[in-house]
Amino acid sequence: MNQWKNFSKGFLKENPVFVLLLGMCPTLGVTSSAINGLGMGLATTFVLLMSNIVVSLVKNAIPEKVRIPSFIVIIAAFVTVVQLLMQAFVPALYKSLGLFIPLIVVNCIVLGRAEAFASKNNVGSSAVDGLGIGLGFTFALVLLGSIREILGSGKLFNITIYPENYVTLVFVLAPGAFIVLGYLIALINRMKKN
Amino acid sequence: MLNLNDLEDSKMAKRESSFINMVLTLVLVTGIAAAVLGFVYDFTKGPIEVAKLKAQTEAIKTVLPEFDELGETMVLSPGEGQDSLEFFPAYKNGELVGTAIKTYTKSGFSGFISIMAGIDKDGNFSGYSVLEHAETPGLGSKMGVWFSNPEKPNQYVIGKNPETTNFTVSKDGGDIDAITASTISSRAFLDALTRAYSTYKNNKTTGDSGQ
Repeated sequence: MNQWKNFSKGFLKENPVFVLLLGMCPTLGVTSSAINGLGMGLATTFVLLMSNIVVSLVKNAIPEKVRIPSFIVIIAAFVTVVQLLMQAFVPALYKSLGLFIPLIVVNCIVLGRAEAFASKNNVGSSAVDGLGIGLGFTFALVLLGSIREILGSGKLFNITIYPENYVTLVFVLAPGAFIVLGYLIALINRMKKN
Repeated sequence: MLNLNDLEDSKMAKRESSFINMVLTLVLVTGIAAAVLGFVYDFTKGPIEVAKLKAQTEAIKTVLPEFDELGETMVLSPGEGQDSLEFFPAYKNGELVGTAIKTYTKSGFSGFISIMAGIDKDGNFSGYSVLEHAETPGLGSKMGVWFSNPEKPNQYVIGKNPETTNFTVSKDGGDIDAITASTISSRAFLDALTRAYSTYKNNKTTGDSGQ
């Protein structure tokens, strides 16, 4: 399989947020600012990459009927590792994302890739797939977060762009997440049609 | 995406789902995961403690006048059935310059808020620092700067205390202006400060020097 295609599919063709519509809970929850989106995206990418590698390594040793619980344990272990590492070395980011990190376990993207890709492909392809999907997820979260931060608080990555008096608050609140996501998906569908 | 060969390969090599195999696999997977986690936990335990302590010391420094020594931490309860607050008395040349109080409220827009509040030796707030909150970004999250802006005396809490100033939002008849569009967060913030102050006062009367 063409590895570049395998990698780049995560950005547009099979983007987990815009096309597969997986992992909506963290997507809508954390994207109130670009930096939160970036942190969440990279944490998920790490988990995806590691779990894809491990799952593809052990795929033949795991009996069919217990594969889902085994995958979940592997994923949960990596999520806890991420959580502990973030708490120790980037406490500021952990403070703003803390609640959402454990939720990576139940992010359907991670289990989805383990089940649909890593359990059927070799280690190399699985690692590329995990990285591609993860970075595609990160790209989507940063895009959503940036738009919401610019419209909702007049900043981008905490740098003020225009005065706070002109912001549209709804964009940093939950409804804003749905509105921005809806328009982005419409835009991407339109682009894909051409 | 995947060719027939791959599929066959994986099917053939898969271990049979017999009872023994399944039990063995699950025991192994969970056992290895537990071992890895134990190792990582051990490895990060130190840095996490250091990071937490550092954040706390930084907060104490920002809320109090200059000091050179922290006294013994006291844990005091604000009242029956309520979680206790931590008190950090600070000294300069052996004299008490103020007390930092780690206070909290549970009535934030998104629940729990933890605040480090400083009370100087005259019994007025000398500063505060929000340690932990989940308030709406762009709204309630502004509490970190809103109440410490000296250009807006009606929302400034520093140098005041709940005895000289009515520590409720102006909407409820108090003296402090709430954050625009975040009355709930503002009420919660003032609740945390009031809790710190009343606990401080209660213990002052029974405590050492008094005023």
